[in-house]
Order: sequence, then structure tokens, then C-alpha cells
Amino acid sequence: MSHTPLRSPARRPQQDPIVRVRGLVRSFGHGNVLDNLSLDLQPGSFTALLGRSGCGKSTLLRTLAKLDPAPDGTVELPDRRAVVFQEPRLVPWKRVLRNVTLGLRHADADARGLAALDEVGLLHRANAWPLTLSGGEAQRAALARALVRDPRLLLLDEPFAALDALTRLRMQGLVETLWSAHAPAVLLVTHDVDEALLLADRALVMASGTIAADIPIPLDRPRRHGDPGFIALRSRLLAELGVDEEHLAGREPQRAATGAKPGGYGLPASAVAAPSR
Amino acid sequence: MAATAATARGHRFGSTAHFPGLRRYVVPLGLLALWQASVGLGWISTRSIPSPGQILATFWELAASGELAMHLLVSLGRVSAGLAIGVSVGTLCALTAGLSRRGEDALDPLLQMLRTLPHLALVPLFILWFGIGETPKVALVALGTAFPIYLNLFAGIRTVDAKVVEAVSTLGLTRWELIAHVILPGALPAFLTGLRYALGVAWLSLVVGEQINASSGIGYLAMTAREFLRTDVIIVALIVYAVLGLAADQIVRLIERAALGWRPVFVKE
Ligand SMILES: Nc1ncnc2c1ncn2[C@@H]1O[C@H](COP(=O)(O)OP(=O)(O)OP(=O)(O)O)[C@@H](O)[C@H]1O
Ligand SMILES: [Mg+2]
Repeated sequence: MSHTPLRSPARRPQQDPIVRVRGLVRSFGHGNVLDNLSLDLQPGSFTALLGRSGCGKSTLLRTLAKLDPAPDGTVELPDRRAVVFQEPRLVPWKRVLRNVTLGLRHADADARGLAALDEVGLLHRANAWPLTLSGGEAQRAALARALVRDPRLLLLDEPFAALDALTRLRMQGLVETLWSAHAPAVLLVTHDVDEALLLADRALVMASGTIAADIPIPLDRPRRHGDPGFIALRSRLLAELGVDEEHLAGREPQRAATGAKPGGYGLPASAVAAPSR
Repeated sequence: MAATAATARGHRFGSTAHFPGLRRYVVPLGLLALWQASVGLGWISTRSIPSPGQILATFWELAASGELAMHLLVSLGRVSAGLAIGVSVGTLCALTAGLSRRGEDALDPLLQMLRTLPHLALVPLFILWFGIGETPKVALVALGTAFPIYLNLFAGIRTVDAKVVEAVSTLGLTRWELIAHVILPGALPAFLTGLRYALGVAWLSLVVGEQINASSGIGYLAMTAREFLRTDVIIVALIVYAVLGLAADQIVRLIERAALGWRPVFVKE
């Protein structure tokens, strides 16, 4: 995949937020998972959401996707939203193109679907059954299904977590390209600090049911793991996440960033296999 | 040792390799040959069981006279009518209970209770209610087939992948579109399993039903043959039942192949 230098979509900080959350409270019977959470997302911004496993990232994302019943608090959202989950969640009995165009009301739905598949590099599989796709292909189809709706808010819940390191790198590049082309506001839940630093303009760290840290990432694109600014921000983010880098250094580097284990943050595979651009 | 066995089997089935459908008939045909040999060699008395050759002759006789076709049509008519009613009722109940909580509360407890009743035990009651005409026979088939359809389709609707449903619900589909595009196709495999089971129950119900004072049908053919000690005719009737059952199963297989092409098992690429 060739990378042309990317620029953040033009944004004015004073613009009205496209997502506005105030005093959000959500509980599942044992304490509040979301506790008086407030959040603004600017149009076209790329925000990464990090935090310990079980801290409520998915719960927040589901609220923003309107997948959960109306919670306490104010939530203002754009009409056009799309979600991509960790699993592709394609409908197995619909061909890839039909999955992408599902629910589209436009007269030219097929043309739009094909264009979206082309953008994610999956045009040749438009007629395939989803269960015959590879993991990466299926996730790209899911991305096309989200993209074709021209969302103003794109919610990504660990969309690359189940992919192998190389595929993940490709997908990260793809998401960055799509974001700069279509300029939706992106909220990316991830356990991978490097992923957040590669892609996002802003990193939010969740703890105790609220946004505990809001860290801007003012790095130029394309970003590299070795850049001094990158390394400094990584230390800062890891500190916010309560991870001791010294301790991490002793671990096997391959999958130290997995969120399956509580508090398991650190250097992801992408840090090891940095792309030579 | 294992390798030898595998080779031997591979060799024996080699001739049917190009017709995978035929492979299913190898064992029945083998048994048939054994049977003919046993009668021919006098191991089995022709009184208790005639030879396949004799049965074939009787079959030919019944077919040529048009008797077999007549009875067959009557039986098929009963099974079709019963299945049509049973499958429709079962499907309607499953959709009602599967797609709405209120429907489930209204129907499921009752149907779960009734399904434990062996439906063939209702024969005496059905004779009292419906007499000895066509109605009790069709009703027996309908009752027997409604339950497997209901149980499987209901379970199928409720076990459609919740994660997929959730993802699709973010795509702006109406409730009916969601049902039509996701929930019902997702429940189709379970429905077809139910249908296959229902077909089995349908034949069973027919066999029992046609022994209630019938004056036509394959079951009637077998009952009258008993009075004249015509084991060959009885066996022709049994074979017709078996072939019909097999054919019905094949039809469901074909439907599955056509409708469930998305499943990787059937995907050939
Ligand atoms: N439907 C539910 N019923 C009960 N508890 C729930 C439900 N959904 C989430 N929770 C609880 O809420 C908390 C937050 O869950 P959530 O899925 O938002 O975490 P997360 O930050 O996304 O974690 P991870 O990084 O592991 O995905 C967890 O303790 C979880 O057990
Ligand atoms: Mg989560």
C-alpha cells in the first residue's frame, strides 16, 4: 500500500461539536459503568479512546451508536453514524455487496456499494459469500458497509484487534486514508497505544466511568514510531494508563498490548514491525 | 492397518465417486442382494418373506393394473394436505412466538406442554371427533408435523446471531426489513431441519392413520393384503413408504442446497 502524505481534514476548533455528551450515567446494577461522563467530538476529528479492560469504553461507544436504551444524561449525535466492531458481523447469507448496501435507500445503492468496496480494495470479492472471506477481507467489508453510509460519526470498537500484525498495519493505513478522504469524526476504541498515536489527533483515557485524561496528539502525518514526539507521547499515554514502561520492557514484545488481560498495555506488534515508508 | 482399510474402502466406493448421491444407496442395495440370495438358497421360507424377485413381480402387477398409482395418489394427497396444514400452523405459531414476547407468552407454554403428548395416541379421540373419513388421517399428519416445525423454527428465530442483528440494527433497517433480511433467513436452516423431521413424522402418521378403516391408500393396500396372507403386497407397500420417505428427504436436501448456498460446506470455489 503506498502512502501519500496525509493531512488532517480542515477543522476549526471553535466549530460546533458533532457529538456532545453531558452527564452520561449508565449502570448495570453494580455501580456506575459510565459516571457523569462528558465528551465533545469535533467534526472530522480523529479521537482514540483508551482505558483498562472493563472500564466502559464499549459501553460508551454503544451509547453513541444508540445500541443501548436511552441513558441518563444528554447525548447529541449526528444522524449519519456507522459502527465497526471487533468482529466483522456481516450477514452470512447475503453476498458482500448486499451486505454493504443493506439498508441503503438511494436509487444508486449498488454503484455506491461497489465504490465503497473499491475504496477498501475488495471490489473483486463483491459477489462472494461473507464466510469465504479472510479475517482482514471481512473487516474491510465491514468498513465498506460503514463507509457507504457516508457517516459523520464513525465508531470503531477495536476493529483491528483480531487481525494479524501485518494486516493490522494495512488496515490502520486504510482507515487513515478513508478518514482523510471522507472526513467523518472518528472515535476509535483501542488497546494499542501505538495505534492511537499513529492515527488519532486526540487520545482520551477512560477511568472510573469518565474521561480521566484528554491528550492532544499534535504530530505531523505520516507518523513514525521512532519520532521523538511519538516516543514522548507514548510514555505520557502509558503513564496515564498506569503502565510502568520499565516493567513492560522485560515482557515479550509481540502481543504485550492486548487488552484481553486487565491492564495489559504496552508495545504492540506494530511497534516491532514498523513499516518502512 | 488403518491405511489398508481406508484404501479398501476408497477402492470399493471408487465407482460411485463421480455420483456422490449414489453412494448413499450402496448399503441398501447390498442388503437387497443378500436377501435375494438367502431366499434363493432356502435359508428363509418364502411364507414369511418372499424373494425380492417375487416382490418385483407383484410390484409390476400392481403398477400395471393402476392399483398402485391409485393408492399412491390417495396417500400422497393425505400427506400433502396434512403437511400443508401442519407446516402452515407450525410456521405461524413459531413466527408469532419467535418475533414477539407477547406471542411467546401466549403460545409457547401451551405448545411446549402439548408437544410432550404422543400425537398418535389421539387416534381414538380423532375417530370420535372426525369419524373414519379423510379428516382424521389428514388431521393426524397435520398435528404430528406442526410441532417439529414450531419447535425448530422458534429456536431458529431466537438463536439468530445477536451480534449480527445488533450490527445490522445500526444500518437503518425497519423492523420488517430486519425480519425479512436477517432474522428469517437466519432461521431457515433450523426450519429445514424441522421440515425434514416433519416429513418423517408425516409418513409415520400416515401409516397409522391409514389403518383406521381406510378404503384406499398404501396403508389400506397393506391391511387388506394381510387378510389374504400376501406378504409380497405388504412388502411392496412398505417399500413404497420407504421410497416416498427417501424422496421427501432428497427434496429437502435439494432445497437446503439451493437456499443455504452461503454456508461454507456447500460453497464450491
Ligand atoms: N449488558 C451488560 N450487562 C451487565 N454488565 C455489563 C453489560 N455490558 C457491560 N457490562 C459491564 O460494564 C463494564 C464495562 O464494559 P465494557 O464492555 O464497556 O468495557 P470495555 O472498556 O469495552 O472493556 P474491553 O476493553 O475489555 O472491551 C464491565 O464491567 C462489564 O462487565
Ligand atoms: Mg470493549
